[in-house]
Formats: sequence, structure tokens, C-alpha cells
Amino acid sequence: MSSWDWAVYCRDTVSGEQVAGCFAAAPDQTYLQWMLHAWGWTVTVSLGALLVALVFGSVVGVLRTLPNKPWLVRLGDAWVELFRNIPLLVQIFIWYYVVPAIFPVTQNVPPTLLVVVGLGLFTSARIAEQLRSGIQALPRGQRYAGMALGLTTPQYYRFVLLPMAYRIIMPPLTSESMNIFKNSAVAFTVSIPELTQFYYQAGEETARQVEIYLGVLALYILSALVVNRVMVVIERRLRVPGFIATGGAGGH
Amino acid sequence: MKKTLLVFALTAFAVVGAHADDTLAKIKASGSISLGVRDSSALSYTLGNDKYVGFHTEMAERIIGDLSKQVGKKLDIKYTLVTSQNRIPLVQNGTVDLECGSTTNNAARQKDVDFAYTTYVEVVRIAVRANSGIKSIKDLNGRTVATTTGTTSVQTLRKNERAQGIDFKEVYGKDHADSFLLLESGRADAFVMDGSILAANISRAKNPADFKIVGEELSVEPIACMVRKDDPAFLKAVDDSIARQIKDGSLPKLYHKWFEEPIPPANRSLNMPATDATKAAWANPNNKPMEDYAKK
Repeated sequence: MSSWDWAVYCRDTVSGEQVAGCFAAAPDQTYLQWMLHAWGWTVTVSLGALLVALVFGSVVGVLRTLPNKPWLVRLGDAWVELFRNIPLLVQIFIWYYVVPAIFPVTQNVPPTLLVVVGLGLFTSARIAEQLRSGIQALPRGQRYAGMALGLTTPQYYRFVLLPMAYRIIMPPLTSESMNIFKNSAVAFTVSIPELTQFYYQAGEETARQVEIYLGVLALYILSALVVNRVMVVIERRLRVPGFIATGGAGGH
Repeated sequence: MKKTLLVFALTAFAVVGAHADDTLAKIKASGSISLGVRDSSALSYTLGNDKYVGFHTEMAERIIGDLSKQVGKKLDIKYTLVTSQNRIPLVQNGTVDLECGSTTNNAARQKDVDFAYTTYVEVVRIAVRANSGIKSIKDLNGRTVATTTGTTSVQTLRKNERAQGIDFKEVYGKDHADSFLLLESGRADAFVMDGSILAANISRAKNPADFKIVGEELSVEPIACMVRKDDPAFLKAVDDSIARQIKDGSLPKLYHKWFEEPIPPANRSLNMPATDATKAAWANPNNKPMEDYAKK
């Protein structure tokens, strides 16, 4: 293929002319500015979805391990099966097109919020499953010890089980946080102008597919790498000496 | 790990860059030709079950008929579905020998591929819901406008927005069906796209009378078949066949069949008589890029 043309990023998106310094004054925009803007969307959608996933994943994960509450356990099971067994793309379409058709009130909800919720709930099922396995990996005696001390169910979850369970699931949680960045590309299918959309459109306009592709790739790698490092730092900080083997760095 | 991936990706692109030069010799040797077709364009679309039809698809089949005569054996047509994103790389790397879909001939693309004679001239227009009261691009101020990612219409829209000093919110569908769904579901007030694509989508809607095409011609774009760059013998063979079809009147007849008579799958007519621009392109076969049309 012909030689590289990295200057493509400094072109104006309307006139196609090179802009000195690569940053055009508003309302003009270069492809670099457009890409950074698109990256902003990817980060917004991903972090929003991660927050939703952690909150719902934690609640559902706990529900699935409650003793003597068969209906709550079943509810948690149903949640996981529902969100884990429907393909992500289909779920996003349901949130974007089907839900507003059935419940007209949701028509004015911003599409970004729908995608954040859709992606968040999909991931929540996976986090719930991880948290459940984390809680069940603890020796049963811990739960009994909490009970014997007279702690209520919320108390022994809060002070005995969850602190250890979260430490156990830090490595899969790291993977999940990185996955959410990669999965955020589905937002493209419901018209969020994020990185994947930028790749398709800018590549087409400039006919420099490879340069645009590599730029987008670099931003995805950077995003995932930052999440990975942050999670590793958290994991190290929270480590309880002697509890979990200290060999793994948590990386991938 | 990441370095290996990058090297792998670069190698993959390098392989994509390599291509055979003599398409006529290649199709003669293999006895088959790979034809690039589209799934939901007005000029080339699928009926499902690997059946591909449309004005440009049938025209391409006739071109291949002429090519068969030229190479002296019946060529087997391999239909290859392409998208807006992959059509140029696939033509470059030899996966597709001849692409007759709805590709706009423009100067940027001419650096990567060659275009045969223009066989259809497209105008970019605005589709709206019939009861929306939108009559021209000026009425789009403050509205939401849909268009399809990976098409020239996105740039057209941006240029018009700047030139006319109007401000609207753009939403990008991932394909034409998706963009039309945005209009149909009320998420967008208008859908800016090639006129034929708008007409095709409207004809397939649940209730075609709910939509109409309005406003000025936002951009004029020559649509042509695409072949590999720097293969003059093959380009000439394709051009000769197109010239032959225009001369003996079969191309206008074919146009009538696909644009003015009921067509599958819905058996509805697009009701789009050939425009003056399209007729001019037939009268004077050329492969001028879109930029030459804007100067007029």
C-alpha cells in the first residue's frame, strides 16, 4: 500500500485542507479533534456503563447468595440468565427501539442514557455471577462466624463477606472493566458518535482507512491499558497479606 | 503482546496491498469473475437466499456477458456482498474484480481505484415524514437529521450546515435501513441521502404515503462501476460493454424496468424517471468525478 499519510489527522473536516497546528478554531474541526471528541463519547459511555454494572451487579450478586430467601435468589438467577443469554447487540436494539415503542414516556430519554443502561445491565449480569462465585469461594465458617457474633444479614455481608469477596474477584473485575470499553463499540449501532463510528466515517471521507484505523486502535489500547493499571493499583492497595496469593499482578 | 498484534495487523494490511495486475487474464484462467454487489442499495440489493438484483447488478451481468465473449469462455459469476467500508479494499486486494453497487466516483477514490463510465447520476435529497412541514434544508434548523455512516452524504450535510448558517443535530445510522428506522421511529426529523435510496426505502415502508422527498438537490454524484486501478485493458472492456448497452438502447430499457415498473420484493414501483443528469451521462459516456459536477 502507498506510503503513510499521518497528516490526514490535521485536515479540516469540511474543506479537507491542512490546518496549521492540527487544531482548528470553532466551528471548524480537524479529524484529530473529531477523533478526540469521539473518544470522549467512548469513555463517557464506558464509565457510565461500568458504574451501572457495578451497582446492579453487586446487588444481584448478593441476592443470589442470600440464605433462606428462595424468591430473591430466583429473582437474581432470572436477572443473570436474562441479561447474559441475550446477545448484547439485540439488547441495545431492544432498549433503543422496542422499549420506547412500548413505553412512550421513554421516547425522550437521551440515546446515550439508554446505551449506558443497556451496556451496564448486560455487564451487571456478568459481575453478579463473579461476585456470587467470590462469596461462595469463602469458607462457609465466615458466614456462621458473623451470625454467631450477632450481626444481622446486612451487617455480616457488609463487614465479613463482601470485603473478602471483592478482593477475590478483582482479577475478573479488571477483565470486565476492560471489556466494557471494547463492548462500548456497540453504541455505534444506535447512532452514538463514538470511536468506531469515527473510524467508519472518517476512513471513508479521507480514503486513509489504515491511518484512521491505527489511530482508533491506539486510543482503544490506551483506554483499556489505563483501566488495567488503575485496577492493578486498587488491587495492590486492598491486598490483605496472607489472604490471597501475592504472585499475580492482575494483568492480562 | 500488543507489539505482536500491531505487527500482525500491519502484515495483514501489507498483504491487502498486494494485487494482481491483469484482471482479464485472471478471469480467463479461473473461468469466473467476482462481482461486488450491495444488500440494500436502490441500484443493487438482495432478495435473500444469495439472490442479488437491481439496475446495476443486471447491468453488470450483461457486462460480464460481453466479457465472456471477449475471453472466449462462459464466465461464472461469483456474487460478493460488499459494504461502504470494505468495497474499496476488496477491489484493491483482488477479492472483487468488478463492483457495481452505488459507489460515487470522486477524486479521493480515484486515487485508489478506477471507475468505468458513469451509468447513473445520483442527487442527494431530504426525506421527511409527510406531516412534518419541512420543505427545504432551511427548515431543518434546530431539527435532528439522520444520515448513514460511511457515505458521502455526511460530508454533504456538514458542508451545507456550514454554508447556510443553520444548526441541526446529526445522528448516524449504521446502514440505510437503520437511518430510515430513525426517521420512521421519530428519532430523526429528516433523512438526507441519495434520492434513489430514499425512494427505495420509502417504497418498502409500511405506509409509503407517510413519507415524502423534499427540498433542493444538495449534491450531485456520478455513480459508476469500480475496477482495480491501473488495469486499462479490463477498464476498456467494461467501458466498451457499457457504451454498447447505451448505444443499442438496452441500458435505458433496463433503467425503465428497475425504476419505473413494480420491482421485487414489495412489487412496488420507485416512480423515478431518469433525470436529465443521468440522460446526459448516457449521451456522453465519461468517468468524470463528482468534483467536476459541482463546478457547473
